[in-house]
Amino acid sequence: MAALRFIVTAATTFLGLLAVTFFIGRVVPIDPALAIVGDRAPAHVVERVREELGLNLPLYQQFWIYLKQAVTGDFGTSVLTTNPVMADIARVFPATIELATIGTIIGALIGVPLGVLAAVKRGSIADQIVRVIGLIGYSVPIFWLGLLSLVLFYARLNWVAYPGRIDIVYEYTFTPNTGFYLLDAIWQGQWDVAWDLFRHIILPGSLLGYFSLAYISRMTRSFMLNELAQEYVVAGRAKGLSETRIIWFHALRNAAVPLVTVIALSYAGLLEGSVLTETIFSWPGLGLYITNSLQNADMNAVLGGTIAIGVVFVSINLFSDLLYRTLDPRTRNR
Amino acid sequence: MSRPSIALGETPKPYSREWLLSDRPASRRQARLGRAYVIWRRFAENRLALLGLVILILLLFVAAFADVLAPHNPVQGDLRNARLLPPGTAGYLLGTDDQGRDILSRLIHGSRLTLLVVVLVAIIAAPIGLIVGTVSGYAGGWIDAVLMRITDIFLAFPKLVLALALVAALGPGIENAILAIAVTSWPPYARIARAETMTFRNSEFISAVKLMGASPFRIVLRHVMPLCLSSLIVRVTLDMAGIILTAAGLGFLGLGAQPPLPEWGAMIASGRRFILDQWWVAAMPGFAILIVSLGFNLLGDGLRDALDPKEAGQ
Repeated sequence: MAALRFIVTAATTFLGLLAVTFFIGRVVPIDPALAIVGDRAPAHVVERVREELGLNLPLYQQFWIYLKQAVTGDFGTSVLTTNPVMADIARVFPATIELATIGTIIGALIGVPLGVLAAVKRGSIADQIVRVIGLIGYSVPIFWLGLLSLVLFYARLNWVAYPGRIDIVYEYTFTPNTGFYLLDAIWQGQWDVAWDLFRHIILPGSLLGYFSLAYISRMTRSFMLNELAQEYVVAGRAKGLSETRIIWFHALRNAAVPLVTVIALSYAGLLEGSVLTETIFSWPGLGLYITNSLQNADMNAVLGGTIAIGVVFVSINLFSDLLYRTLDPRTRNR
Repeated sequence: MSRPSIALGETPKPYSREWLLSDRPASRRQARLGRAYVIWRRFAENRLALLGLVILILLLFVAAFADVLAPHNPVQGDLRNARLLPPGTAGYLLGTDDQGRDILSRLIHGSRLTLLVVVLVAIIAAPIGLIVGTVSGYAGGWIDAVLMRITDIFLAFPKLVLALALVAALGPGIENAILAIAVTSWPPYARIARAETMTFRNSEFISAVKLMGASPFRIVLRHVMPLCLSSLIVRVTLDMAGIILTAAGLGFLGLGAQPPLPEWGAMIASGRRFILDQWWVAAMPGFAILIVSLGFNLLGDGLRDALDPKEAGQ
């Protein structure tokens, strides 16, 4: 029953996702046919294009055709790159995943300890500092912070490489096997390439990391406060366990279950954050693909990219929901 | 806060502290004012929340008197003498941009656009969320199932990406940006309003109103919606920062307010070309965005703690 419910939820959400993008692409603009031939084209040309695009059909038939194409991964052809949109997405997506993964790793590695610290020293200066770091993370425009950090760390200090994913020297000599360049370079043992890739990814990665840190540290603090108020903590103290052991072994372990969900959600959030970050850092991922297509009024590509991000976003949400149920024995058999 | 004890029979002076904190309010107005006073006291204890309030009052002030406050014309610059002057130049406190326009004046006028976006999005999105949520929660059954499914679908999109796609289809411009942000903002409000409605849909006062013959429409409008308002206001305030950031992001990508409007995000975009040598052109608008959205976040946090002490510190 629960499994069936889960499948129905997933299916209707994906269907809704496609319905919304269909609506945006076909219904919202005045007339897609006019958009193609221009408003000075003679009437019979417009009519022919409308017929070719299937725009004369009733809306529900158009939607059915759209669905059938979408299920087979056909989102039309990009005007800008002249490739099928799906092929473009498959090409650029690993770059976005790589960036978001680095961001989440940085965010979790720093955010969780900060959140624990804030909870343990509740009300202290440390707690306030963690809170302010988080609040600024929630309030700062990511693209602006990206620009300023480029000025500082690239132009002034020269600690990191220029915007882009890989140095032009290596661009033609390095052949990645999967699209995840950093892993590929390490796998091939090309340490100089790996170092160059690292110098490119570290700044946008840290930036995204800061944003997930803001969220993760805040949630960690709240979960930990909840756990530290439980009776087993008092029992542990009475038993004479060290405070370190209580905090890091017992309390954090119990807080870990909801934390995994939070980290998964922040990963999904970074996919969104990557749209603006990639534009600043010329990172050849899905975000840059969408914004480039936007500048060129390439609607197929924009909507294809939107669907791709939406699908991953929904999948991560569903996955974290499943994960929560598996990890927390209390939610079973309900 | 210590509660002054009052001997029975003795009535405190109206509008005094004792009167406001009285356990036995004599009139509805006394009860309401008393509650507002308690909330305000709780709110005012939080210094950061007060800072947020001050920031927003300043923003309102600057937007209202932009014409008087701005030292220069925000749209027309002095191309001959004042291109790309650094901050601190006489007459141009925050410097000038590539068209010789005073950045401070543009920021001051831009505050109106920021307020416009925030207020309009709230006016459009909050009622939609409130209606969908309360109807869904009160009706239950298949109405609830359908409405919540629709809500979930809109929640499934990352906000900025959906707004991007919408503006791309509608065409760039500040009105379309507002519309797109509103379309992406209402689902969380619907969720909250529904959850609130569920908690008291079976309570006695609703049954009492029902027995008196009130229509479902009247119950939702007069008895359910007002009770959902406080948590909704908190959520909308907390969302304001996100709305400002999304609007700035759209402006940065050239999809929001069009030139020469002094929208803060678009100002950052136009300063991007000079970022290495004339950093202030892009940096100043970013500080404005940061300060205002920080203000909304601080205020929202404070409101949440004051209105709902259960959640405080979470």
